[in-house]
Amino acid sequence: MPRPSALDLATSVPEMVAGNGDAAPSDVESGDAAGAGVNVEAEARDSGVFEVIDDLDRDLVGLDPVKTRISEIASLLVVDMARRRFGLEAERPNLHMCFTGSPGTGKTTVAMRMAAVLHRLGYLARGHLVAVTRDELVGQYIGHTAPKTREILKRAMGGVLFIDEAYYLHRQENERDYGQEAIEILLQVMENQRSDIVVILAGYRDRMDQFFSSNPGMGSRIAHHIDFPDYDLDSLVAIARIMLDRQRYTFSAGAEPAFRELMSRRMTQPRFANARSVRNALERARLRQANRLVSDGRLLTRDDLMRIDAEDIYKSRWFSEAPDEAMLDERILPAG
Amino acid sequence: MHVTQGTFSYLPPLTDAQVKAQVQYALDNGWALSVEFTDDPHPRNFLWDMWGLPMFDLRDPAAILLEVQRCRDTYPARYIRVNAYDRTLGRQTTALSFIVQRPKNEPGFRLDRQEGADRQVRYTLHAYAADRPPGERYDD
Repeated sequence: MPRPSALDLATSVPEMVAGNGDAAPSDVESGDAAGAGVNVEAEARDSGVFEVIDDLDRDLVGLDPVKTRISEIASLLVVDMARRRFGLEAERPNLHMCFTGSPGTGKTTVAMRMAAVLHRLGYLARGHLVAVTRDELVGQYIGHTAPKTREILKRAMGGVLFIDEAYYLHRQENERDYGQEAIEILLQVMENQRSDIVVILAGYRDRMDQFFSSNPGMGSRIAHHIDFPDYDLDSLVAIARIMLDRQRYTFSAGAEPAFRELMSRRMTQPRFANARSVRNALERARLRQANRLVSDGRLLTRDDLMRIDAEDIYKSRWFSEAPDEAMLDERILPAG
Repeated sequence: MHVTQGTFSYLPPLTDAQVKAQVQYALDNGWALSVEFTDDPHPRNFLWDMWGLPMFDLRDPAAILLEVQRCRDTYPARYIRVNAYDRTLGRQTTALSFIVQRPKNEPGFRLDRQEGADRQVRYTLHAYAADRPPGERYDD
């Protein structure tokens, strides 16, 4: 699908202005068009932005405040597009964002969707996502940081630069830390090349607040602060169902309540990472299922291969009596 | 005198929008772009100074224009060109090369004649700009 650039829009103005079939775009600013209407909804539908938002709605469980904010931002951009047709030139809105929330609440996923939304609306030329952390922005010796940061920024041009755990860029205890240099270059590009790049910072709420209070320039250049709430138990189970479905597995009748119980135990434990913990729990359930099937030694049906039984879940270490041992185990396996 | 060189030598200087479109074309073809500058206008001077390394893995022309702009800011009175390198096996050469900035005053060239043995005459081009040391050639 061709991307609706600002240029395309300008040339398609005449069709949009009722009763003014062959008006040149310049006529639109005159009184002729003042009374004519623009169908904002049709316009949004044409840009395909609703598809992305619907996908977001369907694929992501919960996260209602996030979804509301994103559709608000999308509406603003659609209205902006409509305004431009009437010559109501407004400054390009500031689109830099900050996503705060616990690990595994879908910040990266939403950032990817955001890039798609902005691309559909013609605010980004490419709509790809470059995800980086401090390591990729900050150099190791004097003069190393600037080229490194600029390199990443260039790669992200036309798309979204997603900086995970952005608060690490600023090290309070060391004022000569090179992170400050990276922040300055970021700020410069965020200000001067607003039409080419959208920067999304992500991290824990409290640490990001701290980061912004020590870098007021950064805070003021970010228009949208979106907070990602933790998932509740129902959402976690729903997420598990979606994940299994995508991998062509199903829960047996007993497995779902078992999984629910597993998650309710896991939620109270340290280093709980929301959806990521769900994924890891499912990964391990798949391991146990495979083990069970292999040791069974009988002929397997399609259903056997797809079904995860309650026993695959009850064997989890989170049900074991010795939590210390579970903690030890956790250090060997990926966190979750 | 308007010095021309490279792919669009027969065209008037490109605007930034045109440069951007050309860069987009190069990116679409998977060519790596680089920025180079010089203050030696001699037509046989093809080894210009590199402005940073060639840029790989980029998706958007804005990134290359960012480097062009930085180079312009640093060297407002030199020739700057953008090269696109096609790495495909069998080609492996510069696919596109065009000037994106030139000094305001280009004094041009004079023709030097050298008398050789047997009344032989050798001709050579001498850039007036080259009378001054590198770095000061287009300062005024």
